[in-house]
Amino acid sequence: MAKVKGAIVVDTERCKGCELCVISCPTHVIAMSKKVNSKGYHYAYMENPDACNGCTNCAIVCPDGVITVYRMKVEEKTEV
Amino acid sequence: MADINLMDIIKEKNVVYKKTKVLTDKVMHYCPGCGHSTTHRIIAEVIEEMGIQDKTIGIAPVGCSVFMYDYIDVDTQEAAHGRAPALATAIKRLLPDRYVFTYQGDGDLAAIGTAETIHACNRGENITMIFINNGIYGMTGGQMAPTSIEGMRTSTTPYGRDAHLMGHPIKMTELVAQLPGTYYVTRQAVHTPNLVRKTKKAIRKAFEYQALNRGVSFVEVVSNCNSGWKMSPVQAVKWLDENMLPFYPLGDIKVPEK
Repeated sequence: MAKVKGAIVVDTERCKGCELCVISCPTHVIAMSKKVNSKGYHYAYMENPDACNGCTNCAIVCPDGVITVYRMKVEEKTEV
Repeated sequence: MADINLMDIIKEKNVVYKKTKVLTDKVMHYCPGCGHSTTHRIIAEVIEEMGIQDKTIGIAPVGCSVFMYDYIDVDTQEAAHGRAPALATAIKRLLPDRYVFTYQGDGDLAAIGTAETIHACNRGENITMIFINNGIYGMTGGQMAPTSIEGMRTSTTPYGRDAHLMGHPIKMTELVAQLPGTYYVTRQAVHTPNLVRKTKKAIRKAFEYQALNRGVSFVEVVSNCNSGWKMSPVQAVKWLDENMLPFYPLGDIKVPEK
């Protein structure tokens, strides 16, 4: 059975740390980093990358469009 | 299942969403979580999807979104406060093959520009108007706007807006829907992913109707102003859901007859 795996890349310098992506992620992948960018904002990162299915919700709600979403199908081998 | 390395997923062929090229790389000056940025982004996405970047002319208002011309890579004019519909009228009449849109806040469209708005809508100018309603004068320090809801705390109504003293909030979208010159009137919001998708569809329709030459397409976007409301972005989204949306219900108000 094919499974969908996703990943996001956050443009950390443009991220303003509004956390709207955190509350809109259905699989709770995103969290705010303890580090800050050069403007002093805590930026978003993938805390739980295994759960990401590339649904693009975070990127669609992101006001500054800093999130790029990648998605691919993974063939899962099932042992008979 | 074999472990999949993140770097295997992050490849150019797997991109499903990235920032549109119509939006410039300049970092927007808006506060974190501002609805202006989201609306700019979806307008840019619609322009890219329709392939009308070189045929679109935007009119920037006065307010926070005055720097729209820095962010959306299309021809843009800057109008005097509230006069964006008048300028759009002139541009559309001179260049009828262009897609002309105005982008206005509530202080611009619903206060100082009420006359221009109502008469442009009444004349049925063939333009798209995008109205960002955050119920406050965001740029000047969060004063009460005509669209502030009753009981809303602003810097000039610290005990909440009192309708007996300050009058009732105005619903511009319902008002212009009564006019015969409007063709498509809708109210949307941009604070959750689903609403962003719906707003994008509405803005796309509003641009497409310009080709039909039937009148004004008016899209209100109920937005947040975290700094003006003195809340964090997450709190502001919750407050918007609980307080703004009951007064400003979302949905199409006037749809074209088939």
